[in-house]
Amino acid sequence: MVKEIERVGIPVVHVCTVVPISLTVGANRIVPAIAIPHPLGNPVLSKEDEKSLRRSIVLKALKALQTEVHGQTVFEK
Amino acid sequence: MIRVVHYINQFYGGIGGEEKADVKPEIREGVVGPGMALKAALGNEAEIVATVICGDSYFNENMEEASAAILEMIKKYNPDLFIAGPAFNAGRYGVACGSVCKAVKENMNIPVVSGMFIENPGADMFKKDIHIIETANAATGMRQAIPAMAKLALKLVKNETIGMPAEEGYIPRGVRKNVFKSERGSKRAVDMLVAKLKGEKFETEYPMPDFDRVAPNPPVADIKKVKIALVTSGGIVPKGNPDRIESSSASKYGKYDITGVNDLTAETYETAHGGYDPTYANIDADRVLPVDVLRELENEGVIGELHKYYYATVGNGTSVANAKKFAATFAQELVKDGVQAVILTST
Repeated sequence: MVKEIERVGIPVVHVCTVVPISLTVGANRIVPAIAIPHPLGNPVLSKEDEKSLRRSIVLKALKALQTEVHGQTVFEK
Repeated sequence: MIRVVHYINQFYGGIGGEEKADVKPEIREGVVGPGMALKAALGNEAEIVATVICGDSYFNENMEEASAAILEMIKKYNPDLFIAGPAFNAGRYGVACGSVCKAVKENMNIPVVSGMFIENPGADMFKKDIHIIETANAATGMRQAIPAMAKLALKLVKNETIGMPAEEGYIPRGVRKNVFKSERGSKRAVDMLVAKLKGEKFETEYPMPDFDRVAPNPPVADIKKVKIALVTSGGIVPKGNPDRIESSSASKYGKYDITGVNDLTAETYETAHGGYDPTYANIDADRVLPVDVLRELENEGVIGELHKYYYATVGNGTSVANAKKFAATFAQELVKDGVQAVILTST
C-alpha cells in the first residue's frame, strides 16, 4: 500500500513495528513503532505519558515527511 | 542418528494464541505439535531431540536478543540439522523462522530448512540465505509441507546434490550453477522464440528479477499548510465493522469519515484485524491510528489539515495483489482530494 501511495506522487511515511518487513516491502520513509498490538501506544504507561509517546512518534513521522531521502531510510528512535 | 532441533511458535507449541504471542523463547526435549508429523516424515535416520518455542510478537519485537537466546538453547543440544516451521502465510512466524535459520546456519554451520507461503514477508527476506520449501498459505497445507521439508533437510544433511527449486519444492534462491546441455544456447533461444510465437508453453532459463521499487517523493515543503491523510493496515474500523472487513485475507478496505472525531474510544472504534491480540487496539484505537494526536496537531497549527477520511484494511494474510489493488484505488482518491502527505501505520 505504501508503494501505491508513493507511486501517485504523495510522500508517505510508514510507521511500523517490524522494520525489516517494511524494508522488504519497499517503504522509503520508515519510522519504527512500539509493539505489534499497539504500534503507537504502550498500555503500561499512564494515559498522559502514553499520549506524549504517541505524539513523539507522530512528530517523528512528520519530520520524516519533511526530510529529503534518496533511498529507503529508517528514522531511528 | 541425525540430531534435529525444531523451531515453532507459541500457537503450534500449544502455549496459546495471540494473547500469548509475547512469550519468551523456551526449549523442550523431544517433539511438540507439528514435530510429530515431522518426526514421522524424517523416518528412522533422524531424531528430533528438542523443540524451541517462541512467541511471534516477542521474537519480532526483540529480534537480536531473541535470536541470541535461541541460538544458545539450540547449541546445548548439539544438532546436525535445524528445521523451522512451516510458517505458511503467518508473517511474524515466517520472519522468526527465517531469522533463526539464518543465525543457526551462520553460527553453527549446520543445514537449515524452513517452509513458507511465497508471499510471507519472511520468504522474501531469507530466500537467498536459506532453503525455504514453498507451502500453501494456511495450515491446511501441512500434509504437503512437512514431507517436502523433511526430504530436503535429509538431503542437505547427507550432503546429497540438491536439485532445482521446482523439483525440490523450495523457493528459488538466486543461485546460479554451471550445467551442460546437449544443445547450445543459440539453438535453445530460437526454440523458445518459436514456441512463444506459436503460443506454446516455454520456460525461460533466466527469469528477470522482480524489483518493484518506487523512488521516494520529494519531502513536503511546508507541513503547516499540508493536508495529511491517515491510512492503516491495522484494521481500525468504526465499532461493529460496518463494511465487514475480514479479520484475515481481507478482500476489501474501508473509507471512514472522521469529521469532528477528536479521539477514538472503545465505544466508537475497534480493530477488525486477526492475528494480533486486539485487546489494546479495542480499548484505544488511537494506539494504531493516531487520530487524537493528529487532531491536536491540526488545532495547534502544526499541520495544515487532517484529511476527513481515513482508509483501513486488515494486513493479516492479505495478498499482495489485493493490498496493491486497494491502495491503487484509494491513492487516486487521495490525489483528487488534494492530500499531500500520508501517514500509514501497520501493526
